[in-house]
Amino acid sequence: MNTKHKEKNEQVQYSALAGVSRREFLKTTMKAGVFIASSDYLLNSSENLVQLVAMKQGKEEFLFAYISDSHLLARGKEHRFARALIKAVEDVNAMEPQPDFVFYGGDLAQLGLREELLLGKDIIAPLKPKVYMMVGEHDWYYDMGEAWKEFFGKPTYSFDHKGVHFIVLNSVIVEDYWSETKMSPMERMLFMAQLDNPKGRPFTVGEEQRKWLKEDLSRVGKGTPIVVFSHSPLYKYYKPWNFWTDDAEEVQKLLAPFKSVTVIHGHTHQVLTNKIKNIVFHGILSTAWPWPYAPEGIPKLTIQMDRADPFNQFDGTGWGMAGITSRGKVNKTYNLWDRNPMVVSYEKLLSGKEHVAGHSY
Amino acid sequence: MKLLYKYFLCFCLCLTMITYSAKAEDGSAYDASHDVQLSQEKAVQIVTACDGRKKVIVEGCNEGDVMPEQKARKVAELLMQLMEFCEEEITAKLPKTEMFIQLSINGMPYVTVRDAEEIPLILVHGGKSHTEREKKVWAAEMDRMINEGYALFHNPSLGKNGISCDMCHPDASNTHPETYPKYQTQMNKAVLLRDMINWCIENPMEGEKLAEDDSKMKAVEAYILSARAGKKLDPGKH
Repeated sequence: MNTKHKEKNEQVQYSALAGVSRREFLKTTMKAGVFIASSDYLLNSSENLVQLVAMKQGKEEFLFAYISDSHLLARGKEHRFARALIKAVEDVNAMEPQPDFVFYGGDLAQLGLREELLLGKDIIAPLKPKVYMMVGEHDWYYDMGEAWKEFFGKPTYSFDHKGVHFIVLNSVIVEDYWSETKMSPMERMLFMAQLDNPKGRPFTVGEEQRKWLKEDLSRVGKGTPIVVFSHSPLYKYYKPWNFWTDDAEEVQKLLAPFKSVTVIHGHTHQVLTNKIKNIVFHGILSTAWPWPYAPEGIPKLTIQMDRADPFNQFDGTGWGMAGITSRGKVNKTYNLWDRNPMVVSYEKLLSGKEHVAGHSY
Repeated sequence: MKLLYKYFLCFCLCLTMITYSAKAEDGSAYDASHDVQLSQEKAVQIVTACDGRKKVIVEGCNEGDVMPEQKARKVAELLMQLMEFCEEEITAKLPKTEMFIQLSINGMPYVTVRDAEEIPLILVHGGKSHTEREKKVWAAEMDRMINEGYALFHNPSLGKNGISCDMCHPDASNTHPETYPKYQTQMNKAVLLRDMINWCIENPMEGEKLAEDDSKMKAVEAYILSARAGKKLDPGKH
């Protein structure tokens, strides 16, 4: 399947380049030191290629891949969710050239059990590039992150890569709902695992992490491109399903002085695009299942993916890529399995033009 | 026993009619001003049953007139029937033509019935408005069914692989119960909501399908239908 999928992508990407063979194209781009981060440019016309080369004036361009929301159950590698994550790992490993790193967007486990996290760790171990992990609420609320931290390290950290400052947050902190009601660890987990729980508590980044973020950002130049990873969207989309971060405005305020900020978040299992002031927000796909769009609050910039075919496990799910441009902007690709890839490029987002979507849209 | 009761009622009724006739002969006015007004408009005679709660307004007869025997029997039968049905106050209008009867329960608007056999139809719930207790019992019974469905929907017990319905359908979204029956192309046949519920149980949830009259199936349907009631339709997205 991987090969088939890759071929299909290549067909889409290269068919638009009239008169330029794939070999010539790669030669030209590599010579110019440019890695084409997004198929959007290619889908459009060959003029973009020239444009892109001309834009080469800032930092080195690069690409990273993401996999997210696998919701593994401790039921072995034959379970449908495990098979989906394996498929994503194989797809990423088949990328040529390889991405600089792979980002995992949280909810590796479904019920936060050690067995689930270990299964996930085992499945993603063959990934060839370096992996950066982020925590989701499904990883956290059984033992309050103990096993996750043991296997993957700190949930909050930052790193620099080719001139871009990356920040990974734990945005799934909620106020204590379990002590007073004396919930068992599994009761606490199940309470949190239910998306449409009417008693659910809103996610936050929390004061402690905001303080950490402020300090972390104080060491970063205002012109440095910033990419923030959070599990929940760092804005307010739909509270009843916790597509929501309660202290989003305070986090956005900390990011306000920076010229280029992109937030990439998990949790929503859907194509999702938003822009608030200087910050562009991108959702990422789940490997396990797509969430329906919420009945209200969908950001205007979002071009919704069609409702997934329930008869096809791999429709509406997948993984993706983010290309960082020379100016530190993000061109975002959703690699929907069994559909054409969907690209949300920064330029198109700014110009207000509709981004190029695959034939399924 | 019932027959005995009927005779007793009939006796009461006759007694009332006799008493009433006597009153009319005395020339004393009927005490209800409403009825006086009616009698002023056209010829009517009002007959009240012994319970004081059932009345028949006989049109085409003046107060004090002696009714033809056949009509008197009809009025007596009607009053008896009404007394058997319920304890409420009922006023019946018997027009001269006797083609239909009009009934009013507890001062509610008149409802027309063709004959006395249809009376039970308008006396559903015994002609009483529902009591708070009844409403609570009914709501609790309905909620019990919906809540059972909610629990099944939010629990992996219907399947065998740890997956539950709510994982793809929070708040029963994307279930679109209002679109069934429909031809489900993937199944190559026209299906009902329950067929799709069973499809989900057997496939993504890897469980065993429910019988169509299984109380669990009914409960899941009840939850989905109640959760989606009144939601905006989005044609083209189903």
